[in-house]
Amino acid sequence: MTRCVRRAAVLCLLLLLAPLVAAARIQVLHPREYAANPADRRPAIARYSVPRGDILVDGTPVTGSRDTGEPLRYERTYADGPLFAPVTGYSSQRYGTSLLEAAEDGVLSGTDPRLASFSFLDGLTRPRRPGADVHTTVRAAVQRAAYEGLEGKRGAVAAVEPATGRILAVASAPSYDPALLSGNGPATARTWDGLNADAARPMLNRALRQTYPPGSAFKVVTAAAALDSGLVRDIDAPTDSPLPYTLPGTAVRLGNAADGCEDASLRYAFAVSCNTVFARLGARTGVTGMAEAAERFGFNDAGLRIPAKVTRSNFDRRMEPSQVALSSIGQFDTSATPLQMAMVAAAVANGGEIQQPRLVDRVTTPGGRTVATTRGRSLHQAMSPSTALLLQRMMRDVVTVGSGRDAAIPGVEVGGKTGTAQHGVGNAAVPYAWFIGWAEPEGSFRPTVAVAVVVEDADAERADFTGGGLAAPIAREVMRAAVREADGVDGKTGDGKSGGRQRQSGR
Amino acid sequence: MTATTAALPPSALRPRKRRGTELVLLVGAVAISVLGYAQVGWAQGSPLPRGATEYGAGLAGLALLAHLTVRLGAPYADPLLLPIAVLLNGIGLVLIYRLDLETPADRAAPAQLIWSAFGVALFAAVVVALRDHRALQRRARLSVVAALALILAPIFFPAVNGARIWIRFAGLSIQPGEFAKVLLAVFFAAYLAANRDALVHTGRRLWRLTFPSGRALGPVVAIWLAGVGVLAVERDLGTSTVFFGLFVVLLYVATGRTGWIAVGLLLAAVGAYAVGTLEPHVHSRVSDWLHPFASIDAGRGPGQLAQSLFAFAAGGVLGAGLGQGHSLLIGFAVKSDFILATVAEELGLAGLTAVLVLYALLVARGYLVALALPDTFGRLLATGLSSIVALQVFVIAGGVTGLIPLTGMAMPFLAQGGSSVVTNWVIVALLIRISDSARRPSPGPPAAGSGTAEARAGAGAPARERPEGGAGTP
Repeated sequence: MTRCVRRAAVLCLLLLLAPLVAAARIQVLHPREYAANPADRRPAIARYSVPRGDILVDGTPVTGSRDTGEPLRYERTYADGPLFAPVTGYSSQRYGTSLLEAAEDGVLSGTDPRLASFSFLDGLTRPRRPGADVHTTVRAAVQRAAYEGLEGKRGAVAAVEPATGRILAVASAPSYDPALLSGNGPATARTWDGLNADAARPMLNRALRQTYPPGSAFKVVTAAAALDSGLVRDIDAPTDSPLPYTLPGTAVRLGNAADGCEDASLRYAFAVSCNTVFARLGARTGVTGMAEAAERFGFNDAGLRIPAKVTRSNFDRRMEPSQVALSSIGQFDTSATPLQMAMVAAAVANGGEIQQPRLVDRVTTPGGRTVATTRGRSLHQAMSPSTALLLQRMMRDVVTVGSGRDAAIPGVEVGGKTGTAQHGVGNAAVPYAWFIGWAEPEGSFRPTVAVAVVVEDADAERADFTGGGLAAPIAREVMRAAVREADGVDGKTGDGKSGGRQRQSGR
Repeated sequence: MTATTAALPPSALRPRKRRGTELVLLVGAVAISVLGYAQVGWAQGSPLPRGATEYGAGLAGLALLAHLTVRLGAPYADPLLLPIAVLLNGIGLVLIYRLDLETPADRAAPAQLIWSAFGVALFAAVVVALRDHRALQRRARLSVVAALALILAPIFFPAVNGARIWIRFAGLSIQPGEFAKVLLAVFFAAYLAANRDALVHTGRRLWRLTFPSGRALGPVVAIWLAGVGVLAVERDLGTSTVFFGLFVVLLYVATGRTGWIAVGLLLAAVGAYAVGTLEPHVHSRVSDWLHPFASIDAGRGPGQLAQSLFAFAAGGVLGAGLGQGHSLLIGFAVKSDFILATVAEELGLAGLTAVLVLYALLVARGYLVALALPDTFGRLLATGLSSIVALQVFVIAGGVTGLIPLTGMAMPFLAQGGSSVVTNWVIVALLIRISDSARRPSPGPPAAGSGTAEARAGAGAPARERPEGGAGTP
């Protein structure tokens, strides 16, 4: 009997060992199989257990965190949601994050390794760090000017500081309030469904994520290609252009909306926006030359991040000569985001050099320690400095005597280019109105702002619907706000460089 | 040694009582529990949780009461049994208290403390009133009647959460099946002890197996079948499993016949398979066990077992720390059936191992008592009681880890549940009573029969090799 008792004892101990082995299998050998399951709410609980870091504009938080007292404790709030939605994006407990909230999520949620303190105690206890703050380059006044300019329309504005690449405004209309998406309840779901069903697509960031045919605004690129390649040496010399221009290899005849385009000089053709002249210049530059020129401005780059991802702007690399001609006036397959077109304007204003556009200035911990600072970085030399000087002159003409007179600001040198882009089947849809430009206070040696505005408005009369009529006034107000802001800095510091700007953003 | 036993002077033979060891271990057990309370408070941000002193004092008082009872009533009892029970009970109170903090509307710790006090009181009563465990042998008939009555009682009460295992009486809900375990163990032990010879030596041979005669085995099988059958009707699958395991273990220990226990197990497996496929309630448990994440894939969110597995995975080796896990996501029964998931998440595999080692020690000490006893009934009873603890732990710990299909069962001492705590205190009381008999030096010359003297001598040092054990070391 003793033997049987012992065997029973061994059996009982094995019965106790078995669950321990099962637990060890789950806890030590394969915890990831379970931890990776999206149905486990622990990662979400941990994520929302600390207040999320804030996104700051001009040193003031435009976001916040609210203690809900629920399992997912802290919920995102937005101070001026619709105004900054194209900058911040949303941070939803139910639908994830977008734009800056997504791109800087590691910093904002506190998981970024740069925030770690590497202390022994931290390594042992694995505390959940509160999120760090992201200071943006956006200027509230410029953003507000863009937002108000687009009010009641569909369109987008992108404004950058040409010398630094700092993005001053990213606006998209219609906008939405990301605060309504923060939670995880049924109201959040209704808002989400409503926004997604909305035909106006308010959650689409038109400045970064939507490409439009740039139309005549693209002529800046075509002109730069023609000048850089030596095809045109004197902007005042006649270009020997026929009217109408028959697209090469076809019988399609291209005309103009403007007068005096036959044999016009590059300068005149630019000011009044002659399609024939630029189509012919593009065709003569050839597909390779045009594509390379476009790519120097940033086209065909799918990897641009500011740090939110920017949709690729397109210029085809393989085309018939007739298609090259149409592409060179911003039609056919040519398409660009408003930010891309702002970069085109910025390249001209900045002597041909494009700075990497960036939305984040620096990251600071809640304690005020600066974790990271983003520095300006040259992206491309889009054109030679001399070409940039010639284009600056031509773009100023557009505003002083040409199609973009609505963008003029007294006391400020403004250069620009209008565009009216045909699209739709048979180009029957209401065209997109473009204006790209830059502004430089008189007596200053650096341009303050480069801007691109696109308006896609179905309600406007087709006759009025030109870049000059619809988009230029918006661009003017945005540039005026940027110049005023920069003046404020210059007045205080006597220096318009980024150092002064940082001081201001800290106020 | 056996020959000289009686000749040695009593002082040299008299085993140490080890009550001091028990007291020191008890102080440690209470200290660990109080530290647990403090840690819960610190994790939740307050310096010391309100009520921690009350709980600590309450637990210390219970431990002291139990200790004094043992000192007076069973001075030769095993010194490890009581501290283990107190520590497990204390850890359980800490865990329930910790979960209470997040369910302010549904506090279970105060009631659990009261039940624990009741359990300790019953413990004291058993230790004091039951002077000799063999008195139980004479009450086998009463035990079995009471057990069946207790098992049958919930049928007359409404089902709770699909199972008819509770009776509600004066605001209390009691799970009589818990108490029936002990009574059935007493009955099985008494019956098998009385009929052991008939079971071993008579019977008919069928192929290579010798089956006991129906007359010998009949009553016990009938009662076992009745118990298991009623529990199956009540859908108390956990208790059914424990009864079945208890029966198999005791039958094996009593007869030493492995062959037809294997047959029994096979039949049980066939029965379990049939029930698992045919009965919808059981079938859903089985399919949950096979596919714990099926409800997630179906869009209905994670079920209890999936949440339990998540809790285990979240714990890792060292755990999230007491008070810092999220085992509350399990929802229903998190303080009772799934209490082990909280151990796993907050204390990690390390803490889980510690808890299971405590159970293993409890079971092992119980089996050592069985080995040390001279009488067959005592041996079978100690074996049965220890096995009940091991089987309970296996059924519920295996269930929440996904090792076996999940059936409702309280983790002994740890889980919320008054009936379970009280029952387990009675189990420990009986083990203490039996161990006291096993280690107590005989007052006069050894009783007739050298076998008894042999066993008594061995009882003084259970770990020592004994003549019988030398041949049968497994």
